Amino acid sequence: MAKIKPGKGAPYARILGVGGYRPIRVVPNEVILETIDSSDEWIRSRSGIETRHWANDEETVAAMSIEASGKAIADAGISAEQIGGVIVSTVSHFKQTPAVATEIADKLGTGKAAAFDISAGCAGFGYGLTLAKGMIVEGSAEYVLVIGVERLSDLTDLEDRATAFLFGDGAGAVVVGPAQEPAIGPTVWGSEGDKSETIKQTVPWTDYRSGEVAKFPAITQEGQAVFRWAVFEMAKVAKEALDAAGITADDLDVFIPHQANERIIDSMVKTLKLPESVTVARDVRTTGNTSAASIPLAMERLLATGEAKSGDTALVIGFGAGLVYAATVVTLP
Amino acid sequence: MAATQEEIVAGLAEIVNEIAGIPVEDVQLDKSFTDDLDVDSLSMVEVVVAAEERFDVKIPDEDVKNLKTVGDATDYILKHQG
Repeated sequence: MAKIKPGKGAPYARILGVGGYRPIRVVPNEVILETIDSSDEWIRSRSGIETRHWANDEETVAAMSIEASGKAIADAGISAEQIGGVIVSTVSHFKQTPAVATEIADKLGTGKAAAFDISAGCAGFGYGLTLAKGMIVEGSAEYVLVIGVERLSDLTDLEDRATAFLFGDGAGAVVVGPAQEPAIGPTVWGSEGDKSETIKQTVPWTDYRSGEVAKFPAITQEGQAVFRWAVFEMAKVAKEALDAAGITADDLDVFIPHQANERIIDSMVKTLKLPESVTVARDVRTTGNTSAASIPLAMERLLATGEAKSGDTALVIGFGAGLVYAATVVTLP
Repeated sequence: MAATQEEIVAGLAEIVNEIAGIPVEDVQLDKSFTDDLDVDSLSMVEVVVAAEERFDVKIPDEDVKNLKTVGDATDYILKHQG
């Protein structure tokens, strides 16, 4: 049996840069109220959402990703050719094949970077980050771009008063690269497929194509069940991620949960008993729920506004359709 | 030891007070969580989880929607408590 040489990876990995893209069109609650019987006050009190961004025809999944990635690459201080892997997490790229990651990798000028899409709903960023870290430590790539991107407006039923106001569009990207010190903790992740009905696409594309259903598929969810799982089960996962990283809530500077709903965020903060000193991301107010894009978008905004700073210790946790989840502690770029 | 109806109402009153800020004396058997006590569907989940812990009872998601009044919740807990 021939002896196989192992890869020569970096000792550790870290997030080196972050970038975001929010579509030009800002959509206030008033626009949502044109198609559902609700009120601005109701939407704000149930979700915290005031506005969200909806993409236009030019703001495609690829175009938004390229914008966000360009900023992340510049922020990391590397050049695109150094990137050896491009991972795109999305559920709203409507061309099944090829993976949109290949187009993004090409247009960014990464050369022949390994490029692929993953589907892990609102946990997609954490899944991508975990893969990237593995690739870097194992030696398959020196730098990996992780992108979360969604055009959820395309999957929104504007007549469903429970979800019409929730979703937004956008892209967030990070560059992950080698490090001499640990800067991404162990990921606590998993799936609970027995709860797959809790958040789902209404019908498969094939039912729409065959005319079996007249309405374009959309995302629906069971609000109370999702809320309970997100707050109480995910608080346990968040705590496990802190334990796995060998820190406590007192060591945290920043908490960046998936921006699903501000009520979920508030309840998580309470359940986790986070100290007042921890900065909590609340990007959902003006960005809505952008699924896989929400964590890097929120991270980018906290750093841009100065609410968080480079070197801060942050707990990130994503959770959503699957149901799937991923939590880890990271050092901010 | 199982809680009495009176103890359950008092416990729910404390929970509703903590979650929605409603005075404990307003939490009566005939009061509707949403219409009278300002407990919306998401706060209701928090009330339910707190009640589960306090009274050692499981209240699955599909049963939560049937608990319209404090009386409904009290009866449910009386019947299902461990």
